[in-house]
Amino acid sequence: MKKYSAFSLLKNALSYHENWQKVWRSPSPQKDYDVIVVGGGGHGLATAYYLAKVHGITNIAVIEKGYLGGGNTARNTTIIRSNYLWDEAAQLYDLSLKLWEGLSQELNYNVMFSQRGVLNLGHNLQDMRDIERRVNANRLNGIDGEVVSPERIKEIAPLINISRDSRYPILGASWQPRGGTARHDAVAWGYARGADALGVDLIQQTEVTGIRRKEGAVVGVETSNGFIGARKVACVTAGNSGVLAAMAGLRLPVESRPLQALVSEPVKPCLDTVVMSNAVHGYISQSDKGDLVIGAGVDSYNGYGQRGSFNVVEHTIQAICELFPAFSRVRMNRQWGGVVDTCPDACPIISKTSVQGLYFNCGWGTGGFKATPGSGYVFADTVANDRPHPLAAAFTVDRFNTGALIDEHGAAGVAH
Amino acid sequence: MLLIYCPHCQENREEEEFSYGGEAHIVRPLAPEALNDKDWGDYLFFRTNSRGIHHEMWYHAVGCRRYFNATRNTVTYEILETYKTGTQPTITGANS
Repeated sequence: MKKYSAFSLLKNALSYHENWQKVWRSPSPQKDYDVIVVGGGGHGLATAYYLAKVHGITNIAVIEKGYLGGGNTARNTTIIRSNYLWDEAAQLYDLSLKLWEGLSQELNYNVMFSQRGVLNLGHNLQDMRDIERRVNANRLNGIDGEVVSPERIKEIAPLINISRDSRYPILGASWQPRGGTARHDAVAWGYARGADALGVDLIQQTEVTGIRRKEGAVVGVETSNGFIGARKVACVTAGNSGVLAAMAGLRLPVESRPLQALVSEPVKPCLDTVVMSNAVHGYISQSDKGDLVIGAGVDSYNGYGQRGSFNVVEHTIQAICELFPAFSRVRMNRQWGGVVDTCPDACPIISKTSVQGLYFNCGWGTGGFKATPGSGYVFADTVANDRPHPLAAAFTVDRFNTGALIDEHGAAGVAH
Repeated sequence: MLLIYCPHCQENREEEEFSYGGEAHIVRPLAPEALNDKDWGDYLFFRTNSRGIHHEMWYHAVGCRRYFNATRNTVTYEILETYKTGTQPTITGANS
């Protein structure tokens, strides 16, 4: 892999940028691998990258039915934060945030991580009590955060409406300055390039259609391009996790639903932070090219269609216009949906399964993007050592049978 | 926007009149206290999450306020049939 630098930019400018090295190879699958990662989104590519980088396992294939980073990685609102309530979740998401902070250097790829801060608004007394509790819990976990007043919110985001007579008046917010956004595609591409350079085969346009087992252990996967053998299979397929689980005769406590987002026409810089509100179900930031990126909620019913219900978008737009009256004149450009696998406790599943050599990393629901580096890091460790990484130990699928749930609905809610 | 036929009201009504009740035909264990943790967890949380034919409960919240079941394709969102609680679907898929 040739390093990206100011010098390489200059050198390639001399040949009119026509001779850049391909970012990754397009290999044909081998007959056999040590590990097959199913799913070439951000989490899957990060898993493959850390397996190769940290654990020295380079005989790996990532199998993707479409193209790399073409699912939910390309369909989210790119918000990054770690202000979760419970210790287990907070530590997992903060590991991720710490990895984000060095990711562009680590990957030699600009992921455009921008720590512009995240506001989580409170609209009533109970919201504010929950926010105070969560900020205190965050600080005890070494995670930055403060409770801010409406006047301070107005300083941070001047276009916001803090008048007391609005339908859902803003009483305060939690403020995490280390939070922010990143360039979603760049994360997938950066991890893909890094993994490819370490010898990982990235196999696109190949769909896994079955998981072959022998005496309770995985021996490989059936694909649309034939059988590929593997000692370990790691499934990171978000909304399709239930489908993969069924191939191995398992069931998961997840339900797949579309989560929607939309962007406006590009406008001049007017919002340099991320504003989220669980209570009114809306979250908004402005991308570097100027469009307002708005996230809506999940549909109320199961669905694998990569689109969502109109009434969900309508509800979110109402909330955004309420918070930012100036945006009521902005035209919306595009709307899309990604299929997310929601868990009953709004926390992920990072787990071994009852099938030897089969691992699942799923259930991230509406908030997986922020966790991409940390998820890949702990899942790679789990797969390499065949036991949960210490930070992933609380997130096994067994918790739905033991009852040790990690209820993050308050901090996760719909809004991410 | 889904248009859902309520078998009680016998009318097509808009999606917003209804609320979703989750997977249908999950039988509540008759003696929960006799179950072990695994079976109880399976009953509470684990779902087929079908891609394709899915049987699910709907509640006509602002109509007759009664539950019924629907057979819906979760990829195309086509509602293939709705039927009253206690009756069986006429259309079934591979996982349902």
